[in-house]
Amino acid sequence: MIRETPEINAGSMADIAFLLLIFFLVTTTMDVDSGIVRKLPPPVEDDRPIDEVNRRNIYTVLINSADMIYANGKPGSIKTLRSDVKEFLTPHFPDNPRFPKVEAIELEINSKKIPYYKSKGIVSMQNDRGTSYEIYIHVQNELAGAVRELRDELSNQHYGMTFKELLKDDDVAAKQIQKAVPMAISEAEPADFGGDQ
Amino acid sequence: MSKFKKDGKKKLPGISTASLPDIIFILLFFFMVATVMREVELKVKVKTPDASEVQKLEDKSLVSAIYIGKPTKALQSKWGDEDRIQLNDAFAEVHEIRDYVEAKVTKIAEYKRKKHMISLKVDAEAKMGIVTDVKQELRKANALKITYSTRKGFDAKK
Repeated sequence: MIRETPEINAGSMADIAFLLLIFFLVTTTMDVDSGIVRKLPPPVEDDRPIDEVNRRNIYTVLINSADMIYANGKPGSIKTLRSDVKEFLTPHFPDNPRFPKVEAIELEINSKKIPYYKSKGIVSMQNDRGTSYEIYIHVQNELAGAVRELRDELSNQHYGMTFKELLKDDDVAAKQIQKAVPMAISEAEPADFGGDQ
Repeated sequence: MSKFKKDGKKKLPGISTASLPDIIFILLFFFMVATVMREVELKVKVKTPDASEVQKLEDKSLVSAIYIGKPTKALQSKWGDEDRIQLNDAFAEVHEIRDYVEAKVTKIAEYKRKKHMISLKVDAEAKMGIVTDVKQELRKANALKITYSTRKGFDAKK
């Protein structure tokens, strides 16, 4: 004779699962980390000679301790910064003394060599120790945005897609775009005019 | 008389709860997959600024975080309300960053070490002075890939 085995009561299974669920809800986070990616310059020795850069190739962005922006010597605004920087970094050929010099390079696009004039412009950013982090990030954001838009334009013109899509699609082609439009943002050591507040 | 009509009083059958555990388990698995463990308990108040040109960080195991901000309300009586640096679970000084970076890098498999990245999670109200000090220290520690952690949604036109 076969003995009937008693059934295991599964009624508390739900409670156990609930406890586990609550544990995971409490101990984990869902936020995906995202941010503006930057590369710091490598450490340098103090006696390294300073690179001479032509005055007209530099676009300076200063932020003082009261969070005011001076773009190329004039009071600027975060609203117009992106378009101003974009205009500055757009290669102007033939040579225009109001804009940075251009350099003739060759781009290899779809295995054809295409001549291209690359702007030698550099955006130099300097802030005070008392500048707030928020305005600093906003300026960084606008500068990165200007470069990204220029890259998108070039990428659209030659490949018919944005730079971000190109980066996923074709690494080598993206390198060419990066060569044509470098992330030319330099950061000076911060001054301490206004002092810490 | 219908064949299917039952005799006696009508009784509502109880709803079967047999599938409840399965439903909860599905929820549980969803949360296990979609979330990550909280690594540290925040001792500083960090509300990152917003930006629009953001990139997502792919591999969390390659990212080490440095938090900068004012100590939380409960800790302000002891630590003051100046901006402070938090590494792992404790407040730290600028010079401790080098050891922190080194410790983090050695935990990563050797072929991935080049991809190591520092995520600066800085409060929007913090001053640039302390951020700059941290950046200079990171340069000395040769941790050159950094990311300024931000939220989405900034529009300069507004």
